[in-house]
Amino acid sequence: MSTTGTTARARRPIIEIRDVERVYDLGKIYVRALDGIDLDILENDYVAVMGPSGSGKSTLMNLLGCLDTPTAGHYLFEGEDVAGMDDDELADIRNRRIGFVFQSFNLLPRATVLRNVELPLVYAGMGREERIERARETLGIVGLSDRAHHRPNELSGGQRQRVAIARALVNNPSVILADEPTGNLDSRTGEDIMVIFESLYRAGNTLIVVTHEDDIARHARRVVRLRDGRIESDEPVERPAPAENALR
Amino acid sequence: MRRFFTEFAENARIAAEQIGAHKMRSLLTALGVIIGVMAVTLMGTAVNGLDKGFSDSLDMLGTDLLYVERWPWGGAGDDWMRYRNRPTFRTDYAHQLNEIILDTPNSALEAAVPCALSFRAIQRGGESVSNVYIVGTTAAYGYVNRADIEFGRFFNDTEYASGRNVIILGYDVAGALFETGRETAIGQDVRIRGLRYEVIGVFRRQGSFLGLQSFDNQAAMPLPALRRFERGNWHTHIRVKMRPDASIHEARSELEGAMRRIRGLLPGQENDFEINQTEMLEDTIGNVKTQIALGGFFITGLALFVGAIGIMNITFVSVRERTREIGTRRALGARRGTILAQFLMEAVGICLIGGAVGLALTVGLKFVFGAAVPAFPFILSPQLIVAAVVVSIATGILSGFVPAFQASRLDPAEALRHE
Ligand SMILES: Nc1ncnc2c1ncn2[C@@H]1O[C@H](COP(=O)(O)OP(=O)(O)O)[C@@H](O)[C@H]1O
Ligand SMILES: [Mg+2]
Repeated sequence: MSTTGTTARARRPIIEIRDVERVYDLGKIYVRALDGIDLDILENDYVAVMGPSGSGKSTLMNLLGCLDTPTAGHYLFEGEDVAGMDDDELADIRNRRIGFVFQSFNLLPRATVLRNVELPLVYAGMGREERIERARETLGIVGLSDRAHHRPNELSGGQRQRVAIARALVNNPSVILADEPTGNLDSRTGEDIMVIFESLYRAGNTLIVVTHEDDIARHARRVVRLRDGRIESDEPVERPAPAENALR
Repeated sequence: MRRFFTEFAENARIAAEQIGAHKMRSLLTALGVIIGVMAVTLMGTAVNGLDKGFSDSLDMLGTDLLYVERWPWGGAGDDWMRYRNRPTFRTDYAHQLNEIILDTPNSALEAAVPCALSFRAIQRGGESVSNVYIVGTTAAYGYVNRADIEFGRFFNDTEYASGRNVIILGYDVAGALFETGRETAIGQDVRIRGLRYEVIGVFRRQGSFLGLQSFDNQAAMPLPALRRFERGNWHTHIRVKMRPDASIHEARSELEGAMRRIRGLLPGQENDFEINQTEMLEDTIGNVKTQIALGGFFITGLALFVGAIGIMNITFVSVRERTREIGTRRALGARRGTILAQFLMEAVGICLIGGAVGLALTVGLKFVFGAAVPAFPFILSPQLIVAAVVVSIATGILSGFVPAFQASRLDPAEALRHE
C-alpha cells in the first residue's frame, strides 16, 4: 500500500456535511447539541476532533457514523445523501464503509477474539471460510494473531482495543471513527494504539479520532475544535508528531 | 440469500450461547412450556390409546354384528318405562330369523345366533371364579363372533341339539381354574350351581380394554345346557352377522323388517325391539375423547400462557441486559430484522428446549403408565411429536415477538450510550 500523506493530487471527499444541526427533544427543553456544522473529510484525512465535554463531539461522531441522523442540514457520504436512506441502507453503510472504535471497546464478552473480528463480515453475508481468513489477516495487522482464540476477558485493555481496531478494519471501510479510543487506557497503552492508527493512516486509511487530550491530538494531521455545538477552529497540525513505538 | 444464512447461523449461535450462559434461568423459564407440551402429548397419547383400545375391542365385539334386543345400548334415559314394558325377548327368534334369511334372495344377512346370558360362579375343586358371563347359544356362535379356540374345540350341532353339558371357557377363566395349565382343562369337569359341565375348549386370549367385556372372562355352552340353571330372558339377545359386502343400512332395514314380521307388528306400530351395533358405542367413546381433549387443551393452554408470559419477561430482561451489545451489533451493520431474529430465536430456543424436556418426560411417563396399566395402549404418534415441536416454536414466536421487536427498534446511538 502507498504512503500518501499529503499529495498534490486532489483527494476524494468521503464526508461532506453542510449546516448540520442535531437537536435533542427532551420534552420540556430542546438541547441543540450541534448548531450549524460544515465539515469536509477527504480520503486519507487524519482528523482529531477536540472540544470540552458536552461540546457535541460524540453527537457529531454518531452522525458521521450513520448511527443517528441530523435534524437539519445535509450529509453526503461518498456523494450519497444519507438523509434519504432507510434504516437498512444505513446499516449497510455502517457495515461496509464505516469502522467504529469505541472508548469502552464494546467487544462481545462470550465470543472469541476471532469471532468478534468476524462479526461485520457475518452481517455482510460473507461465507465462513473467507470470513475466518480475512479476520485472521486483520488480526495480524494489529499484532494479535496469537490471541485469535482467547476471550476478551483474557486480554489487557490495550489488546482489547486492538481487537476492536481489527474489527473496525476488517471490512475495508472508507473511514474509521474512533470516539475517545484511548480514554480507558493508561497513557503508554494509549500511545500503542496511536502507533497503530499512524500505520493505518500511512497505509492510506481515513481516520477521525475524538479526543480531549492534546497528546493524542498531536498525532493527527488536522484538528477540528468544537465548542457549544459549533466548529471553533479547523486547522492542520503545524508540526505533527507521528506516534512511534521507540521500544520496538 | 447468503446473508440470510450466515445471519441465521450467527443468530442460532448467539441463542445457544445465551441459553447456555443462563442454564438455570432458561430452564425455569421453560417450565411452562415443559408442562404445556407434556399436557398436550399426554392427552394425545391417552386419546390415541383410547382410540386404539376401543377399536380393538370393537373388533372383538364384531363391527359386522347387529345385536337385536330389548334395550338400546348407552342407557334408556327417560324412556325407561317404554323399554321396560316391551315383551320379553325369546331365543327362538334366532331360529326364525335364520329361516327368513334363507328364504330371502340376496339377503344382506348371513346368520343369527341366540344368546341367553347368565352371570354365575364356575367352580372346580377349591377354585372358583364368580360372576362369569356365561352365554347359552348355538354351534354357529363361534363362527359369528370370530371367537377363536386356543385348546380343544367349540361344541357342535349334535351337542347343541342334545343339550350336552359341555362348556368352552374364556382364557382368564380357564387360567384361574386350572393352575396346572389351560391345556389340562380339556376333558375336566367344572361345576355351575352344582351341575357338572365338561370343558371341551378354551378360547384364545383376546385382551381386555378398560373393563369392557372380553371373551377372556366369558364361557359358552349349548343353549339347552344353560337352561338347566337359567330360565330368565332378562339379558337375552340375538347376534346377527352381516354379509361382508352388505351395507349397514341395508342390513339394518332387512333385519328390522324380519323382526317386525316375527313380532307380528302392524304397519304404523312402533318397534318393540332394538337393533344395536358397535357404532353406537363409538358415540359414547367419542364423548370421553372430547372430554379428555378439552381437559388437555385447558391445561395446555393455561401452562403455555403462563410459560409465554415468563418467556416474554425473560426476553425483556435479556434485551435490557444486552442493550449495549445491541448498539454494538447495529454499529457493525446488523439490520433491525437481524436483531429481531436474534431475540426471537433465543425465545424459540428456550421453548424448543422446554418442548424437548416435556417430550422426554412424556416418554418416561408413558413407560411408567404403560407398566402400571398394561391393558391401556399408550401411543406416542409421530404427529404428536410434530405437534409438540410446532407448539413450542409457536409459543416462542408469540412470546418473544414483543421484546424482540422492541430490541430491533432501539436507536443505535442510544443503545451504545446505555449503562
Ligand atoms: N441522547 C441524548 N439525549 C439528550 N441530550 C443529549 C444526548 N446526547 C447528548 N446530549 C447532549 O448534547 C450535548 C452534546 O453531548 P455529546 O455529543 O455527548 O458531547 P461530548 O461527546 O463532546 O461530551 C450535551 O449537552 C449532552 O447533554
Ligand atoms: Mg463524548
